[in-house]
Amino acid sequence: MSNEIDITLEINGAQYPLRVEARRTLADTLREECGLTGTNSGCEHGVCGSCTVLIDDEPVRACLMFAVQAQGRQLRTVEGLAQADGQLHPLQQAFIDHHALQCGFCTPGFLMLAVSALERNPQIGDDELREVLSSNLCRCTGYQNILKAVRAAAEHMRAPAAKPA
Amino acid sequence: MKPGQFTYHAPRTVEEAVALLGEHGGSDGRIIAGGQSLVPTMALRLAQPAHLVDINGVAGLDRIEVIDGELVIGACVRHSAFERVVVDGPLGVLLKQVVHHIAHYPIRTRGTFCGSIAHADPASEWCLLTATLGARLRARSVRGERLLTEPGFFEGMMATALAPDELLLETRLPLLSADTRAGFNEFNRRPGDFAIAMALAVYRLQDGVIVEPRLGVGAVEAQPRRITAAEALLDGQPPTPQLFAEAAALAAQAVEPLDQNAETADYKRDVVRAVVARALAGAEGSHE
Repeated sequence: MSNEIDITLEINGAQYPLRVEARRTLADTLREECGLTGTNSGCEHGVCGSCTVLIDDEPVRACLMFAVQAQGRQLRTVEGLAQADGQLHPLQQAFIDHHALQCGFCTPGFLMLAVSALERNPQIGDDELREVLSSNLCRCTGYQNILKAVRAAAEHMRAPAAKPA
Repeated sequence: MKPGQFTYHAPRTVEEAVALLGEHGGSDGRIIAGGQSLVPTMALRLAQPAHLVDINGVAGLDRIEVIDGELVIGACVRHSAFERVVVDGPLGVLLKQVVHHIAHYPIRTRGTFCGSIAHADPASEWCLLTATLGARLRARSVRGERLLTEPGFFEGMMATALAPDELLLETRLPLLSADTRAGFNEFNRRPGDFAIAMALAVYRLQDGVIVEPRLGVGAVEAQPRRITAAEALLDGQPPTPQLFAEAAALAAQAVEPLDQNAETADYKRDVVRAVVARALAGAEGSHE
């Protein structure tokens, strides 16, 4: 089809000039056109949250947005969490330390969801944290270790002098 | 699970959007705002619009304003805007309470209030709120502008008084006076799921008795509606648990659940009874 559109996406601070069909979702574009396969596609209709990415620091389901709609916005994906030297984001380290993943398929979505929640409110309370984390599905962990990991990362991020556990 | 082909339009003004809708809306064109209901139906190929008119880039549609006693909510105001109190008085508090029941946070950052109203899903919290409080709705097409009203706007399951070439520009909700009490309750199996039943109770308390009661039920029939028999029972009475129980029982009798299977209908009625009683109790407690 001649329905392709030239766009430029800004992802983790880098520019990606792309040609995509209008119907191409942001999730598929990240994976297929940009090679950023950290964002996983699960249900592809907005239920599971595994494709959660940040747009202008707010979490969205990348399967419920078309890539053309993300032009001019700042996108962040799981690939942007660790530092350039490979040092993990405190939340990534906390997921390892607290066994917050088993198969790992939902993990990038949970990481982005939790990062946005902690950035929005570093003092986030337990009830609010549970409400936010209920957005995404995990079929392995039973969620308790994810909660533990996010709580631990929140504490660590509030006390930046401390070393990651 | 991939949407079908469509031509994408990104108008910058309301005039451009309405012109595009005039050209394509009658046949196979659709507005996309938040897209949180439309894109899933496109992924499932239940909807295959040939044209999408994206209004996210139209300046000025994301405004929330108070004008002449009404809260004016623009077409691109996201659900998440209401997680902060947007207006003084009971209405802002009520909106903040209700918004937490709409899907999940990452859906609320994108989905819009007016999109929910135009989509008119029977289980939409905003539709229940609009049907219960009443509203005026400003719509524009190439044929001109008109002010629609609810009651009269919702016309059944996912059906409204909007014409295919009309853009819902704003929803105008009446502000609630300081002595208004409001309670909302919704039952579903998991937080964020579509409701099995929900109720909104709004009334004023004057000299110890209920005045101007409004009781709406949603997610049970094709569209949310006020239960006038229960409102008549409440009117002029002092709020007591006994009265609320009677009103809840009346509401449960009054609804005609969509699923006519006897077991399901009985169950739904029972849930209606529970959510109405809780919404009324919530309203009673909303000022204490």
